[in-house]
Amino acid sequence: MGRHVLLIEDEPNITEAMRFILARDGWTVSSHADGATAVAAVSRARPDVVVLDVMLPGRSGYDILRDLRADPGTRRLPVMMLTARGQLRDRERAESFGVSHFMTKPFSNQEVLETLNSLVAS
Amino acid sequence: MSAARPPVFLERQSYRHRRLIDASRVVPVFGLMLFLVPLLWPQPQPEAQGAPGQVALAGRGLYLFLAWGGLVAVTALISQRLRSRLAAAAPPPARTGGEAAEGVSDGAGGADVL
Amino acid sequence: MSFDLLVSVSLVYVGFLFGIAYWAERRARRGGVRWLRSPLVYTLSLSIYCTAWTFYGAVGYASRSGLEFLTIYIGPSLVLFGWWWILRKLVRIGRSQRITSIADLISSRYGKSAMLGGIVTLIAVVGTTPYIALQLQSVTLSFGVFAEGAPGSFPVPDQRPTAIWVAGGMAVFAILFGTRNVDANERHHGVVTAIAAEALVKLFALLAVGIFIVWGVAGGIGPVAERIDASSLARIPLDRGRWLALIFVSGAALLVLPRMFQVLVVENEDERHLATASWAFPLYLALMSVFVIPIAAVGMSELPSWANPDLFVLTLPLAHGQDMLALLAFLGGFSSATSMVIVAAIALATMISNHIVLPLWLSLRKGAPGNLRLVLLSARRLAIAGVLGLGYVYYVWSGGGRELAAIGIISFVGVVQVMPAAVGGIFWRGATRRGAAAGVLLGAAVWAYTLFLPSFGHGVILPDRLFAQGPFGIGWLRPQALFGIEGLDPVVHAVIWSMAANCTAFLLGSITAFPAPLERLQGAQFVNVYDHSQGPRGWSQSRAEAEDLLIMAQRILGPRQAQDLFAGEARRQGKAGFLPDTSPDFLDRLERELAGSVGAATAHAMIGQIAIGTAVSVEDLMAVAGEAAQILEHSIQLQAKSDELSRTARQLREANRKLTELSVQKDSFLGQISHELRTPMTSIRSFSEILMDGEGMDPGARQRFAAIIHDEAERLTRLLDALLDLSVLEHGQAPLNCETVRLRDLIGRAVAATGSVGPGAGLAVRREILEEDVVLRTDADRLAQVFINIIANARKYCDADEPQLRIVVQRHGARLTVDFIDNGSGIRPRDQGVIFEKFSRLSDQSAAGSAGLGLAICREILQKLGGSIAYLPGQGGAAFRVTLPLDISACAA
Repeated sequence: MGRHVLLIEDEPNITEAMRFILARDGWTVSSHADGATAVAAVSRARPDVVVLDVMLPGRSGYDILRDLRADPGTRRLPVMMLTARGQLRDRERAESFGVSHFMTKPFSNQEVLETLNSLVAS
Repeated sequence: MSAARPPVFLERQSYRHRRLIDASRVVPVFGLMLFLVPLLWPQPQPEAQGAPGQVALAGRGLYLFLAWGGLVAVTALISQRLRSRLAAAAPPPARTGGEAAEGVSDGAGGADVL
Repeated sequence: MSFDLLVSVSLVYVGFLFGIAYWAERRARRGGVRWLRSPLVYTLSLSIYCTAWTFYGAVGYASRSGLEFLTIYIGPSLVLFGWWWILRKLVRIGRSQRITSIADLISSRYGKSAMLGGIVTLIAVVGTTPYIALQLQSVTLSFGVFAEGAPGSFPVPDQRPTAIWVAGGMAVFAILFGTRNVDANERHHGVVTAIAAEALVKLFALLAVGIFIVWGVAGGIGPVAERIDASSLARIPLDRGRWLALIFVSGAALLVLPRMFQVLVVENEDERHLATASWAFPLYLALMSVFVIPIAAVGMSELPSWANPDLFVLTLPLAHGQDMLALLAFLGGFSSATSMVIVAAIALATMISNHIVLPLWLSLRKGAPGNLRLVLLSARRLAIAGVLGLGYVYYVWSGGGRELAAIGIISFVGVVQVMPAAVGGIFWRGATRRGAAAGVLLGAAVWAYTLFLPSFGHGVILPDRLFAQGPFGIGWLRPQALFGIEGLDPVVHAVIWSMAANCTAFLLGSITAFPAPLERLQGAQFVNVYDHSQGPRGWSQSRAEAEDLLIMAQRILGPRQAQDLFAGEARRQGKAGFLPDTSPDFLDRLERELAGSVGAATAHAMIGQIAIGTAVSVEDLMAVAGEAAQILEHSIQLQAKSDELSRTARQLREANRKLTELSVQKDSFLGQISHELRTPMTSIRSFSEILMDGEGMDPGARQRFAAIIHDEAERLTRLLDALLDLSVLEHGQAPLNCETVRLRDLIGRAVAATGSVGPGAGLAVRREILEEDVVLRTDADRLAQVFINIIANARKYCDADEPQLRIVVQRHGARLTVDFIDNGSGIRPRDQGVIFEKFSRLSDQSAAGSAGLGLAICREILQKLGGSIAYLPGQGGAAFRVTLPLDISACAA
């Protein structure tokens, strides 16, 4: 069982921070910054888990999640969503689309690692 | 109950009044038609000397006077009723009851308010 | 029967009439007018329509033309049957405007025009004179009948002296009872009562003769009918054209004949009398004509062929030895003639004095009217004498030889020329003075040319050659065959052409003219008489001295009546004495009172001289203007209201849309600010945790992570600064720092500050250096902030392949506009309204680091600087226009 994570996130600094901590933990990390091509990137990279930002250029994270859940190949793929808005409504919306985990920025590095590991394990 | 009755009564009266005015306006038109009937009569033959060229002048005269008398009777009937609703003392002192009554009937033409 | 007896009977009868008139006047003065003014008396007074022409002439007419004579009664009957249409309105107008005659009606309707009054008066005189001659002729003829009927008893009197006596007697009667009072609008109780009595006499006489002929001579209805059918009457063809034309002419004549107008309108006491007259008068006419055919038929079969059928009413009873019946018939004819002549003379005299003599008198003696009352009365008396004199002259001159009926019809057609102007005037507000004058004059001219002048006979006034070849040999202008249409009966011909010319001129003249204010005012008053029976508001704010007015009124009305009027008015105003305030109301009333005596035009002019000095007051103008303005204002108000409503609705929709969008934005405000704050904080937290537990980290990475933390912290600070800035600007706490600065330097600073490296560095900035050479007085730092913001936006959002920004500077007086136009895809219309709101980043995925506060801050700043910023649509890209004052006066603050 591999530990390949795809980061879909447009803030370069955040991407860099996550890449660092995940790589240090032994993950294979790839990243993608554009919302519009994110679904194609997922099917190309075939990650074990996806970290998805809500606010993306080109396409919102919710739309990407809905597409992933509609595709049989990625229906069961664990997806963790990140948002900086952190309102209750956003969480409910993400859960209605079938998100695996919903996390609010800013996060603690430890929390991210634990969540991703548990998502991959299940 | 009794409070509701007068308006109904008045309404009917003013309705009658307007129809009377309509009738009064039609009489001269009708009369003109009656008096234009002579235009349709055949002319007496000018060359005839005796009875054949003549027409029943007495009968024609009788027709005209009968028509005339009928019109007088009809007008009398209508006018006497209208008369009682005209103002007792019409202007110069302006608006009185009768005038108001006319104002209604004269304005938009009574027929609209059937 | 001796001539003396006949004369004495006549004198006794005249005495009887005087007695009735005198008695009625006295009754009236004591207030006992009730039954004098019954509808019956009113109806009977209308019988002056039936003149001697009717009384004698109808039989002659019937014997020549069969049933055609009936048209003369059918026309008026139809008009009375239709009283609700025209007569009622005429009477109402006559009463509310105190009309004194048909000439006054027309003069008053068309702006109190003296000219029209004069024209109508002249036509009336010309049209009536033959008619009066006709009456004189019939009376003298009837005297002659008795002379012939009793051979040897007395010589046939010379006709002319008889006519003089008759004319003189009538003049005396008319003067005595017709000019007692100067107020022509006041009822002539004596005259009216006398003519009502005469109406009864003539009806009674004619019925008596008729009954005698039918039952006494012919032996009942059946035999009479047989005689009629056997007579030559039954061979007379009915002229259909004349039948129609004469019904029309006689009906129209009833409305405009001066004497008929006098009894129908001027003497009318109560509108309700019309209701009675509407059937009673046609009945009277029917009774007057029912025995005409029998009398004619019997007369033609019994009397020698040389007997004048115009006199059958007299000669038939005489032939059967019924002297008393003949005398009664004589009195009937005498009554017909006298009543017509008297009323016609009074009506004409009023018209002549009010519309010809008085205007002349006033214009000749400007400023000092003198004793007008005396002038008026003398004028009227002289006019009565003059009218009768004219009639006599016509009678003598025309030789009295022609048929009665022919003269009557000719004068009818002449008088009827007034009808289009009169009837058109009370129903059509567009009728104007010019149209009325043109119609009446042209119609009268055609009448004179085609009927009146030819009636004297070929070669008498118009030369024979004219009839045969037309004037100057122009064939289609022959008087009795206009436009080459020959073979028409002369009367039908004249009626058709005169009315056609009249109506056409009336319509064209009216349509093309623009009426004077007073005329429009009067038009409205007449046509809408049922709406406002108040007189026109003529006088306001007058400088008239009550005393001057009293002096004038005394001259016209007589001292007592004038003083009563003034004292009554003063009492009404709560003042003692004779001099009321000259309020507009009072002046209106006084004018109407005077109009009753001297006619509307003169009264208006006279009060005008004293009160205002001009004939048409400002108030008149304002009333007319006001009427039009009211309608206009009303519709404008409505228009404005609906405009305002739709404008409000539009604004509301706009506001609603904006509110909805803003509420969506406000709703996401927390999310936005949260996002903007949390994003840098995420990096900071994450990297600081890495740094905290990262022992074996190489120094390069450590250095790098620390730099990121620093940058993100700065980003947070900037955001907080912007928020603070906006808040300060919005609450007006930011002080301005004014200085003089060159626009070129400012823009240069802004372009440099947005940087030519980093994202958006490819943006080409096109500037107009020359135009930018403007010196401003403003807060340079704030303005630079605005420019930086806009240029930075362009760098950030311009999505063209070769992005380019044009900066266009224009001066508009003391203001300056600076346009920033890029060549990107611009901003969608629905977004243009909200871009200046806070946090209105147009898409969630906009470039990082922008909080969407830039343009909101720009707007606040420019508001401070006395300028504005707006989105400029239609420039082929995003375009912002900054408008600035060159020098802000608010700098000191």
